[in-house]
Amino acid sequence: MNLAFRDIRHKLGRFLLTCVGLALLLGVVLSMIGIYRGLVDDALSLVRAPAVDLWVVEAGTRGPFAEASRMPGDTREMVARVPGVAEAGAVTYQTVETRHRNESLRLQVVGYEPGRLGGPAGLAEGRAIALRHGEVVVDIRAGIALGDRLRLGRDDYLVVGRTRHHVSTGGDPVAFLSLRDAQDLQFLPKPSTYRRDQARGAPPPTTDTVNTVLARLLPGVSPEAVTREIGRWKHLGTATQVQQEAILVQSVVEKARRQIGLFTGILMVVSAVVIALIIYTMTMDKVREIATLKLIGAPDRTIVGLILQQALAMGMVGFGLGAALVNLVADKFPRRVLLLPEDAALLGVLVLIVCVLASSLGVRLALRIEPAAALGG
Amino acid sequence: MEANSPLADLRGIAKHFGEGESRVDALRGLDLALYPGEVVGLLGPSGSGKSTLLNIIGCIIAPSTGHMTLDGKVVFDGGWTGGDLRKLRLDKIGFIFQFHNLLPFLNSRDNVAVVLELAGQGRAAARARADELLSYLEVDNRANAFPAHLSGGEAQRVAIARALANHPRLILADEPTAALDSQRAAIVLDLLRKVAREQSAAVLVVTHDEKIFDRFDRILRVRDGVLEG
Repeated sequence: MNLAFRDIRHKLGRFLLTCVGLALLLGVVLSMIGIYRGLVDDALSLVRAPAVDLWVVEAGTRGPFAEASRMPGDTREMVARVPGVAEAGAVTYQTVETRHRNESLRLQVVGYEPGRLGGPAGLAEGRAIALRHGEVVVDIRAGIALGDRLRLGRDDYLVVGRTRHHVSTGGDPVAFLSLRDAQDLQFLPKPSTYRRDQARGAPPPTTDTVNTVLARLLPGVSPEAVTREIGRWKHLGTATQVQQEAILVQSVVEKARRQIGLFTGILMVVSAVVIALIIYTMTMDKVREIATLKLIGAPDRTIVGLILQQALAMGMVGFGLGAALVNLVADKFPRRVLLLPEDAALLGVLVLIVCVLASSLGVRLALRIEPAAALGG
Repeated sequence: MEANSPLADLRGIAKHFGEGESRVDALRGLDLALYPGEVVGLLGPSGSGKSTLLNIIGCIIAPSTGHMTLDGKVVFDGGWTGGDLRKLRLDKIGFIFQFHNLLPFLNSRDNVAVVLELAGQGRAAARARADELLSYLEVDNRANAFPAHLSGGEAQRVAIARALANHPRLILADEPTAALDSQRAAIVLDLLRKVAREQSAAVLVVTHDEKIFDRFDRILRVRDGVLEG
């Protein structure tokens, strides 16, 4: 006869209510892990999208994501001619705040030359940019429909395609423009500023500036060899794809990662304390029953089993409900919540370990209960 | 064991709590024998030592000194000699409590069967024996009821069924009628008498309940840790 199961069944409502409370707590833990995973994956999505071997940036900088990097627009042609480079693409990055359907919208704008490196990794719907001006591909997270017009700067752009999971390190959806459009958006002065500069005899403004040049190498060519070649130009620096990803994770998302990690750790400790308190209270409620069981001859393993099985059942049901809940609401979070099966499995195992450790308080109490406590009023 | 030899035999049992100035002598060199088939009442004012005596006979607490045999086996002789005390209680002693102490999450049948399963019986055999006992105590119609839905008398009869489950030689009852009216108290005592006779068990009842005094074969009185009379 399984006493733990019988006790749970007898007080099913109370048990389930406790499990729901625990589920909410574990759901928060799981969503924090998912947010962290989403943060890193989102951050890497932008750097992984072009699928290149080498990032050519302004000398002395660590690339367009960690700090400002500006180079002349003809850098692409220079890089493309370096031995071992199969193809190259010039790219700009900038953050733009605009309005769409009367709502504020923050976008990470990526400018690239259609047909060259730097475009989206894939499209969820629609097509890629085909014209040099007036078209945009935007991520689904922006909430803009295919065929809509999007105001950026002084121009309207037709949404011709939509991507999925293309967001910046800050979680802003990415909008892909042609390089020319993006350069104008970023570097062209306002008409009033332009007229004032002309009146004081300043040279005409140039917008042919890029933030990085991406290079894909020929098979068998080592990035180090191309890096040495490009390093001969003193105004350029390079980072391999792996280095660029490391820079992004370490420089850009490291603090957020540590913050979320710390918060997740604190939540795990809180969960352990809550589970321990629940088990302890459940044991306190059963002092007379445990004393009676001891008096009528139940061995310690029966008493320990009663407490431990209830703790594990509570942990498993709480975790199951929590995981189901987070899966249901993950898409409603403002930031992407990436739930990986291995993370869920690890948390599940951790919860079981926490349950066993937390129940030790209750087990200690139960083992100290004297059988004589069953006698008398 | 001979027919007239005691089921429980206590010699020179003493028990004190604390040491030095805080020492309390709960029992002082007490001798007691309980025989098969008899129902013995144990009376005494609060603090007289009757609960301590019940705990000692029930192998729950150890005496400070003395010698004790249960069902012909020496279980205490300056220290416990009977091995696993819980097993000893499970096999030899049945307990009946003032407030029945049924497990609230088990129905009547399972409250009886749990003792049998703890003793190693299979589920089906345990349930069959539980049904047999509930029938014997005339509460078989409440086999599926949980303790919260039983009357005081029904709950106490289920508790008696549980105490009898493993054919104990000794039944210890702590104020078993305190929560019952006089009619139900008499029924419970008559049941215990019936069990004692039919199963050759000894029954020791700690009580203050004067309305059942006439149903005991013997009445023992404890005062200041010694048996009177």
